[in-house]
Amino acid sequence: MIIRNGTVHDPANNINGEKMDIFVEKGKIVDESDLKDTREIDASGLLVMPGGVEIHTHIAGSKVNIARIMRPEDHRKDVVKKTQYRRSGTGYTVPTTFTIGYRYAEMGYTTVWEAATPPLGARHSHEELMDIPLVDKGIFTLMGSNYFVLKYTEEGEFEKLKNFVAWLLYATRGYAVKIVNPGGVENWKWGKNVNSLDDTVQNFNVTPREILKNLARAADELHLPHSIHIHCNNLGSPGNYAITKETIEMLAPYRRHITHIQFNSYAGEDWATFTSGGSDIAAVLNKSKNVTCDVGQVIFGDATTMTADGPWQHTLFKLSGNKWANSDVEMETGAGIVPYKFKKKNVVNAIQWSIGLEVLLLTKDPYKVFLTTDHPNAGPFYFYPHVMELLMSKKKREEMIEKVHPLVKERSALSSIDREYTLSDIAVVTRAGTAQALGMTAKGHLGAGADADISIYNFDEENIQKSFQKAAYTIKDGVIVVKDGNVVADYMGRTYILDVKADLSEEEKRIFSKYYTVQLANYPVEDAYLPRKEVVTCA
Amino acid sequence: MIHENVVCPFCGCLCDDIVVTTEDNQITDVKNACAISKSKFLNHHVNMLESALVDGKEVSMDEAVDRATEILSSADNPLIYGLSSTECEAQRHAIHLAELLGATIDQTASVCHGPTILGTQDAGCVKCTLGEVKNRADLIIYWGCNPAEAHIRHFRRYSVFPEGLFRKGRNEREVVVVDVRATASARIATTFVKTEPGTDFENISLMRAYLKGKRDSLPDELRDLVEKMKTCTFGIIFFGLGLTMSKGKHLNVDAALRLVRDLNEFTKFSITPMRGHYNVTGAGSTMAWVTGYPFSVNFALGYPLSNPGEFSAVDVLARKECDAALIIASDPAANFPAEAWKHLADIPTIVMDPKVSLTTRIAKVSIPVATAGIEAEGTAYRMDGIPLRLKKIVQTSRPSDAAVLTKMIEKVRA
Ligand code: SF4
Ligand SMILES: [Zn+2]
Repeated sequence: MIIRNGTVHDPANNINGEKMDIFVEKGKIVDESDLKDTREIDASGLLVMPGGVEIHTHIAGSKVNIARIMRPEDHRKDVVKKTQYRRSGTGYTVPTTFTIGYRYAEMGYTTVWEAATPPLGARHSHEELMDIPLVDKGIFTLMGSNYFVLKYTEEGEFEKLKNFVAWLLYATRGYAVKIVNPGGVENWKWGKNVNSLDDTVQNFNVTPREILKNLARAADELHLPHSIHIHCNNLGSPGNYAITKETIEMLAPYRRHITHIQFNSYAGEDWATFTSGGSDIAAVLNKSKNVTCDVGQVIFGDATTMTADGPWQHTLFKLSGNKWANSDVEMETGAGIVPYKFKKKNVVNAIQWSIGLEVLLLTKDPYKVFLTTDHPNAGPFYFYPHVMELLMSKKKREEMIEKVHPLVKERSALSSIDREYTLSDIAVVTRAGTAQALGMTAKGHLGAGADADISIYNFDEENIQKSFQKAAYTIKDGVIVVKDGNVVADYMGRTYILDVKADLSEEEKRIFSKYYTVQLANYPVEDAYLPRKEVVTCA
Repeated sequence: MIHENVVCPFCGCLCDDIVVTTEDNQITDVKNACAISKSKFLNHHVNMLESALVDGKEVSMDEAVDRATEILSSADNPLIYGLSSTECEAQRHAIHLAELLGATIDQTASVCHGPTILGTQDAGCVKCTLGEVKNRADLIIYWGCNPAEAHIRHFRRYSVFPEGLFRKGRNEREVVVVDVRATASARIATTFVKTEPGTDFENISLMRAYLKGKRDSLPDELRDLVEKMKTCTFGIIFFGLGLTMSKGKHLNVDAALRLVRDLNEFTKFSITPMRGHYNVTGAGSTMAWVTGYPFSVNFALGYPLSNPGEFSAVDVLARKECDAALIIASDPAANFPAEAWKHLADIPTIVMDPKVSLTTRIAKVSIPVATAGIEAEGTAYRMDGIPLRLKKIVQTSRPSDAAVLTKMIEKVRA
């Protein structure tokens, strides 16, 4: 296939708005000389980018599904009819599986990562991924309060810890080490939390600092393609930018990714003095190496908060008065779910909204900061085009600032920022940068050898949001799956897993059989749940 | 042949440590299982539906599936019902079929823990996996349920007796049974609280008021119970049909869910429903991730819409709204009210089941299928939401539910 005459933005290959042809053969991008299939797409006047790569979203597994069950009121206002190519479903903040695949692909996204899977529920996450069509996908495995991680950290048994991490990634068919409120999730099992990097975890003589360092080192020594993926302690609390800064700094020189950093970039002492810490966080990012983050940009309107951070969700339940689900998982982790609404005229919500943009705009290197809404925590993922518009247009930002709580002008630097993203910047924070951070070498660019995951937009500078909302074409592995914003093919993407191999020791097996309630033999996820698996080598 | 770590497909405990011996493709011995499970495994070959039937006459499998698909395709308002005693792939295909047909689809939760779901939709639910109970709980309350007879290994594997990380065993736990009569389960309790039938909502509401300091006095037994709940380190309520199906229904559950929310101001407390059919939790899961709703869904408009009472199987049947039915792994003729199952006998009803049942007797088309968890693999979700892989331990020439439903989907789409 030839994509003829498009305006190409492929920043990873230093192509920034050149008019050129892209060649596709057997699902891969190739050089012209290797082309056999000569069908053409006329892309003159159209914008061509690599397919979008989502680095952090909640789309599959137990907590997402508890949210679906708990929120019928969320579904009625956003229904999706079946078509010849498309299954039916419902939206809005917690869409059904098929709808998730369609909406990502309609926006031009072709790879998505479920960011928080409890190991015992990994089979569930993978089973839902089987019903998410069109896109490539995979899961991150929760480890920050895992019994064995705490035990080996306490005992100073790093090699055992590293072996266990490898085994757990194998057993869950996971791709990265996810850490949520390290230590705090274990303490929540007794109704408590941790509040600093040096608090002690009850019954285990360890601190969040030690857990983080050990897992960061393990991920690096195992050569995992992605760094540890951290949801910091104290998420959501005023003044928490300090612990975020400390976490980033103390983990050097290990690789680390801080997720939905907006929720961890708050200054001020309490809710009354709540202020943006976005500029401080951007400054830390600017001077640190081996660190990436995604923002978790707030979208005004309905959200469903869901995270393994059980204690924070309990706090949010009390703050909001909304319904609350909690789901603790033996030996491993927990979860909480609370519906939430971000309001423009609420001063805290308005400042939260400004912080994501601040971090995106003040962090100089777009390869360090990525666009997410931590879907559906800060809002649904299909609002990305709206955020892209705000990033590319100071005028649009000013219009928004006029609509939100006036204190934003005083308590956030946003209104003073002139930077406007270029199309290549957009391509980095949604594609090239995320793919690089994930270690996905065949994604996020359009050089020969890359997967033929391509998005093509009818781009109009005056209507940026509309331009990115529905792709003119989304091409997945060389197959046109979306045309003129509509799904036109039934297609199943791959699940990415790692080639890690490890066994449990006899002692670990003994502990497992004593304190879990399932048999060890029934724990690892079977290949039946990976109809199209792609194994990535750790090197 | 000896099969280890078999997942038991007979109740929501989903015990996964069963050892089954087969000789000449017949189950001859079962270890670790409870009495119910053992007898079901050993009688697996008994009462089998030997052949596909249309109007009581033996036909080939293909003919039966053809006839079934014709009936469903030509119906104006078909109903698909059952699901909780089969595996998740079959459930996913059943939902797809319902979508293609514009049908109503419902699962057995609508006649057992439907009120639990409604309560959760109102209040949320503070729950945990069973291993959390084993590892941490020092107060275990069974409310309106009788595991000694219905979930026989629950005490031993998950709650009362096992040694956990932070609990040595039975003597470090307090066990309370709340029920309208002293059941077999009450015998293992430290305390049995006998309540009057139909008073759960009232009692729980009084307990909440007392807990919040809005009421000074309570009947002694309830006051003692609240005090125990407040002062334990890790508490759990397991509840059953005594709460969900007695007067008040979802209001009872709603009140209990809110009581547990309130208790988390004082200590750590969770609540978990005792689900009956082994994969009823899976049925709710698959329906939720495909449609957004765990039960009582209608596709007439081309998208899913849920409304228990309107789209619940019993009501659709009692109002004679459906003109054909597909029953998958369930026996509604045995447990639905007469006005509902009689309509099943009046319309063309198709049954997919491994065994002869009351419903196969009134069905127009009967399709013998492999038994999930014995003759077919697949996923099942334990009562606490943990997914496990069912095993195939007996060979059969009969197709799985998933295979039959796939065929029906192909035919409907053709
Ligand atoms: S308790 Fe339930 S799951 Fe366990 S063996 Fe008995 S019937 Fe099977
Ligand atoms: Zn997240």
